[in-house]
Amino acid sequence: MSLTKADVIKIAHLARLAIDEDDIPVSLRDLSNILYFVEKMNAVDTTDIEPMAHPLAATQRLRPDQVTEGNQRTRFQAVAPQVEDGLYLVPKVIE
Amino acid sequence: MTHNEIPLHKKSIAALSAMLQQGTVTSVALVELFLERIHQLDPQLNSFITVIPEQALQQARAADQRIAAGTSGPLTGIPLAHKDIFCTEGIRTSCASRMLDNFIAPYDATVVNRLHAAGMIVLGKTNMDEFAMGSSNETSFYGPVRNPWDVTRVPGGSSGGSAAAVAAGLVPAATGTDTGGSIRQPAALCGITGLKPTYGRVSRYGMVAFASSLDQGGPLARTAQDVALLLGAMAGFDERDSTSVDRPVENYAQHLSGSVDGLTIGVVNEHFGEGLDSNVAARIESALREYERLGAKIRRISLPHSALSVPAYYVVAPAECSSNLARYDGVRYGYRAEGPSSLEEMYKRSRAEGFGAEVKRRIMIGTYALSAGYYDAYYLKAQKLRRLIGEDFNSAFASVDVIMGPTSPTVSFKLGEKLADPVTMYLSDIFTIAVNLAGLPAISIPAGFVDGLPVGLQIIGNYFDEARLLNVAHQYQQVTDWHEQAPPGFE
Repeated sequence: MSLTKADVIKIAHLARLAIDEDDIPVSLRDLSNILYFVEKMNAVDTTDIEPMAHPLAATQRLRPDQVTEGNQRTRFQAVAPQVEDGLYLVPKVIE
Repeated sequence: MTHNEIPLHKKSIAALSAMLQQGTVTSVALVELFLERIHQLDPQLNSFITVIPEQALQQARAADQRIAAGTSGPLTGIPLAHKDIFCTEGIRTSCASRMLDNFIAPYDATVVNRLHAAGMIVLGKTNMDEFAMGSSNETSFYGPVRNPWDVTRVPGGSSGGSAAAVAAGLVPAATGTDTGGSIRQPAALCGITGLKPTYGRVSRYGMVAFASSLDQGGPLARTAQDVALLLGAMAGFDERDSTSVDRPVENYAQHLSGSVDGLTIGVVNEHFGEGLDSNVAARIESALREYERLGAKIRRISLPHSALSVPAYYVVAPAECSSNLARYDGVRYGYRAEGPSSLEEMYKRSRAEGFGAEVKRRIMIGTYALSAGYYDAYYLKAQKLRRLIGEDFNSAFASVDVIMGPTSPTVSFKLGEKLADPVTMYLSDIFTIAVNLAGLPAISIPAGFVDGLPVGLQIIGNYFDEARLLNVAHQYQQVTDWHEQAPPGFE
């Protein structure tokens, strides 16, 4: 299917990807080509076929609801862009 | 040439291990040799992102002590490289992305832990397609990897650095991951052996996620025997991976000697149609005749839905990728854009600047396929096709033991040749992708050359039939020497 410029802007927003006005035509072309390609799937009738989410039809394994990991906040925050007093810092959300 | 005249960097792990045990070489000497080769030769290939000489030598000294003390195993002291998708505590794990250029994992992946426990020495982290998304190793933030057989050509991808490094004799073995062919296709294009195990056989814990229902780690090395040794150490149940399968690991290296006499090989009609290079087809036919000489029988089979595996994959994989990569938000780790004025701008710019073009393309396709109103037409449709593709294999394995065919439709292509057209690039994986959708194991082994460039034979097995795959591959390598060839300039 062919996307529109508005579609590309909306998808980029949903994906939280900034997109330059200049890059939209190339994205539009590439994404449309890929969607056109994947629509070859429609050559097969899949009515009444059960979707397959896991190759081995396995179900999610559960474990007892117990604390198994100790607090490692300092180690994990060592790779954070910006922290203060154990908190992650981001731009102000509410004025 | 007698066995002893083979230079150390071309010897198999099994041969190096025997020398280490006999005391005719030390782990320190091996590590120094391979580090020197990386230093001398890798500027031509760009197969490593990070090399860690000091840590490697320190580990090698410890390995030599264990060997002297008699407490070592068959992999103790053998150098190894990890694809830069496996988390390594204290050593950068970049996934070949600007997003993770500054990321140092606070823990080791299970695969890293297991190979360390087996005594292997990590020399560094190998280059790859960004977040494992690519078939040519050209999407790396650190630049493309070059194929040692012709440095104007691609090594394949996404585990291109691992494959090129092993092929060039820069390291005897490397880890890789395979979501749609990312171990097998570069192994084929670089002329080495690479195995994608059954989904769930090798833990995904600490392996940066791309498409979680398809991703599977596995080994790359020169021979099937080496791959068997490596898989034995990598595989096994891990409670930290909720999709890990709790099932005993066979001693793969002990099961290589079986005869292939009476083996039934399925050959897929659809694999020999349009798109397959005729010279590659001739090499594959020749390999099949070799198996017939060894007593195997060929049975022509059909996988009627295999042609639709690439379209289905390019819905399933991007959908899972868009979900997995939502975690890169510039808040907790990874790249953050300079001076954003709002939280939303920080997310959007961090992601736009941190990800490369192919990763963004796949995130957008996945976002679209999962968005309201399109889910049934794309994602659900692809999951239904996935069932049909899996059932094709189930039917086939009722009458054959293994399936053989080309790993890739062509030999290695030129750098830049397919980069401008994503769909053409996606078709590079036409023979490998169905295996991931079905969750089956498959191996690629060297099967000759076309114009001096390697051709890979893919052998697909039934679920958890890795021991048979390795045995069948090993028997071919007992009567051929394609896997012993080294690229000119890297002998």
